[in-house]
Amino acid sequence: MWNTVFPYLLSGISVGGQYALIAIGYTMVYGILRLINFAHGDVFMVAGIIMVYMAASGVPLWLCIPLVLALTALIGFTIERVAYKPLRNAPRMSAMISAIGVSYALQNLVLYITGGLNQLYPTIPWISQSVTVFGATTKIVTVVTPFLTLLLVIALVQLINHTKIGMAMRAVSRDFETSQLMGIRINRVISITFVIGTFLAGVASILYFTNYTTVIQTSGAMPGLKAFVAAVFGGIGSIPGAVVGAFIIGIAENIIKGLDIMLFKLGLIHGPLGLATFSDAFSFALLIIILAVKPTGLFGEKNTDKV
Amino acid sequence: MSMLKVTDLKVNYGGIEALKGISFDVEQGQIVTLIGANGAGKSTTLRAISGLVKTASGAINFMGRDIIPFNAQQVVAEGIALVPEGRRVFDNLTVLENLKIGAYLRPDKDEVAAAIEDIFQRFPRLKEREWQLAGTLSGGEQQMLAVGRAMMARPKLLMMDEPSLGLAPLVVRDIFSIIRDLKSEGITILLIEQNANAALRCADKAYVLETGRITISGTGEELLADQRVRDAYLGSAAR
Repeated sequence: MWNTVFPYLLSGISVGGQYALIAIGYTMVYGILRLINFAHGDVFMVAGIIMVYMAASGVPLWLCIPLVLALTALIGFTIERVAYKPLRNAPRMSAMISAIGVSYALQNLVLYITGGLNQLYPTIPWISQSVTVFGATTKIVTVVTPFLTLLLVIALVQLINHTKIGMAMRAVSRDFETSQLMGIRINRVISITFVIGTFLAGVASILYFTNYTTVIQTSGAMPGLKAFVAAVFGGIGSIPGAVVGAFIIGIAENIIKGLDIMLFKLGLIHGPLGLATFSDAFSFALLIIILAVKPTGLFGEKNTDKV
Repeated sequence: MSMLKVTDLKVNYGGIEALKGISFDVEQGQIVTLIGANGAGKSTTLRAISGLVKTASGAINFMGRDIIPFNAQQVVAEGIALVPEGRRVFDNLTVLENLKIGAYLRPDKDEVAAAIEDIFQRFPRLKEREWQLAGTLSGGEQQMLAVGRAMMARPKLLMMDEPSLGLAPLVVRDIFSIIRDLKSEGITILLIEQNANAALRCADKAYVLETGRITISGTGEELLADQRVRDAYLGSAAR
């Protein structure tokens, strides 16, 4: 039984880590701006496309990785300055519509550049190799992802709780005006938030596309949505919540993918039920249930409105 | 020469003239108070000086510099701190962090640490609650924290917006004794109060603000004795 479950569990943990890195971007931006950044999944996809084109143009891979991360962060910075900052004092709905606009703009830009064809993601040495863990064969990236995720999350939590800029981020997330009275440049803090969020989405894209190997303009939609669900599930605005939510969703949807085989081996069913089809539906059912039963999520603040 | 000189200041809020051209001075080392009813424009005046709202016309001169074009962050850097209405402590930060963030623009860590010790000496109750989240403090403690946080910026001018609002009478007395202490240490204070009686008693100079205009001005004592002020703002409190 263990041999049947373990590979699904392993890939669930790995996908969970990738969702977590994306979900942090959603939750941080929401925490500071009360904005659902619908373009975030597409930034993740664009990070994949940049890698494809950069590697194809002959830039060595060891250089591609830092460049992709830096460019992705730059894109996040630019999106905030161009599409959200001018709407800072507009009703929240306006910024959200702007975010949806940016999402479509990025998808269509990539569609225009790639012609809508699947782009093969470059093979990054070492993490693309196969490895056998407890009898399950997988790529090294699957094993590395959860550890790298936890490392980055710990670093981020340290930054937020124990540095001056982290203190400013927490202050700005609570009260723009009083933060300004302290001498905090809120535009700078908001930019840093976007840079961190998109940087992590860039890391997630390298891990994710090394596993799934192709990128297309819609590649960001599903991981983006799952990460968004994870952020809501964990309590939007909460970083630990987003991480826990992402791992739960990643593991659950992968277990569902293998549920037919597991039930069959247990002798509970005698033929395939096609339950794997429901692995995506699970996340969205979870979203509906959470919003209906506990809208603040697992770790969410009770009062999400600004004081 | 006065430390702060406001001349014919006008501020519009969405088509409404909140300030219709007010002028007043704050001398170094004094407590100056603006009193007036709700909506008279008291908070707007402080927000305009702080750089939080745009001014329509007029001049704000602080220690010889025109600070009209300054944003909130530059105004703090010039040496003006605001204790905002409703205290507005960061309830998700600890007491200690709230003090640290008050010194956000001060680069010297040792100086900041010394300043925090000073604040803790002044308000021992904050020291006891150093690691608590500010949201768990009582209203009076939050007001002390808000004052301490503003002091952390080492302001030359401290502006206070309704520091006694919503506090118990005993705590209000504490707050006013803090204000007097600060003055005796040479800090210049611009105070806004609904508690006109207490404010006028400690004020060197006072102005009455009515629907965006200054209608009466004088020393605190003069205004306490002024029949119009007594009728309109002091009520039974002045006997």
